[in-house]
Amino acid sequence: MGKHRHTPEDKDLEIIMGNLLRYGVLFSAIIVVAGALIFLKQHGFDQSQYTFFKGEPERLTSYKRIWQTAFQGRGRSVIQLGLLFLIATPIARILFSIVGFVLEKDLLYTIITVAVLMVVLYGFL
Amino acid sequence: MIVLTFTLVLILGAAIAGFIGSLTGLGGGVVLIPLLTLVFKVDIHYAIGTSLISVIATSSGAAAAYVKEGITNIRLGMFLELATTIGAIMGAVLAKHVSTSGIAIVFGIILLISAATSFIHHEAKIDGELPGRLSNWLRLNNEYPTETGMQPYTVKHVTGGFVMMNVAGIVSGLLGIGSGALKVIAMDRIMRIPFKVSTTTSNFMIGVTAAVSAGIYLREGYIDPGLSMPVVLGVLLGAFIGSKILFKAKTRVLKFLFAIIISILAVEMIYNGITHKL
Repeated sequence: MGKHRHTPEDKDLEIIMGNLLRYGVLFSAIIVVAGALIFLKQHGFDQSQYTFFKGEPERLTSYKRIWQTAFQGRGRSVIQLGLLFLIATPIARILFSIVGFVLEKDLLYTIITVAVLMVVLYGFL
Repeated sequence: MIVLTFTLVLILGAAIAGFIGSLTGLGGGVVLIPLLTLVFKVDIHYAIGTSLISVIATSSGAAAAYVKEGITNIRLGMFLELATTIGAIMGAVLAKHVSTSGIAIVFGIILLISAATSFIHHEAKIDGELPGRLSNWLRLNNEYPTETGMQPYTVKHVTGGFVMMNVAGIVSGLLGIGSGALKVIAMDRIMRIPFKVSTTTSNFMIGVTAAVSAGIYLREGYIDPGLSMPVVLGVLLGAFIGSKILFKAKTRVLKFLFAIIISILAVEMIYNGITHKL
């Protein structure tokens, strides 16, 4: 027992990963705020309506259309793009973990993490 | 209500949800969904999509603070993510076939389970009991920092914990919460991991689990930018403040506070589900 403590590499890896995620979230939040400013400028004084579920238009549900319409400067699309980046941050964490486990020559956890990545991508795509 | 007012009020509400979620390691979802549906009268479908996004924000945003403390058990988290992500896909698919009031009732029940387990007191024992073969093979046993130095701990009942994690994943995909409560139960109760470790490791897993179902929900049109924007920004703010406090807060106080809040919310949700008000 007790052979598998946090090694220094382990700890470094975790700190880098944690910071990476934080910057990812910060980056997403900036995009969301930018989108919010456009959106509120255009629709800030409209009545809000979220009581009934209508579903979102295609420009806010397809990855390709979100990307396209965000670059046309449409507020809601820009927000959605930021949200998409945010959803992607945990995937970056998995990718980073795979690299880390490979560097540590940890075959078992490389396999486990690749398996997690495949499940996540299945849900995403 | 006009959009601007709605946005500002929601940022404030979400900040409170994010603060509580971060303190308890449960993500903002458990407080957020009742807040959106009961207070702001938002359709539960929108609430779920929005909540998933905020759950990711909380988890990813707080990760840096948690890992610095050296509490998170990365290997354990990664291994259990296999169970939660598969569950998340199952849950998101299941959500299409369950009615709004059905979701509200299931949500309330999950909240009550969470609250009940918090009220059952158990001493903060760190036993030196021998770990199972599986947790040795998976190298899940670790140690964590306490006031008196590094404290080793072992992981028990790996299979049982894995199954419970799969259930947590299904619930997460179905209800749009991180289901941190179930994750903490799996680790705290079944696998016998110290509370601080289970809380932070749960946070580690919540983001990945929620991302799986969030991807599905976004394409299904359950994620609305006008609603998600104030919620995400508010939750991030609240979680940031919460993550600064975690290490100092007392385990029992945390659990008790959390249990009272969610019990009240649970009853509200079930009542509204049964009377079809949601």
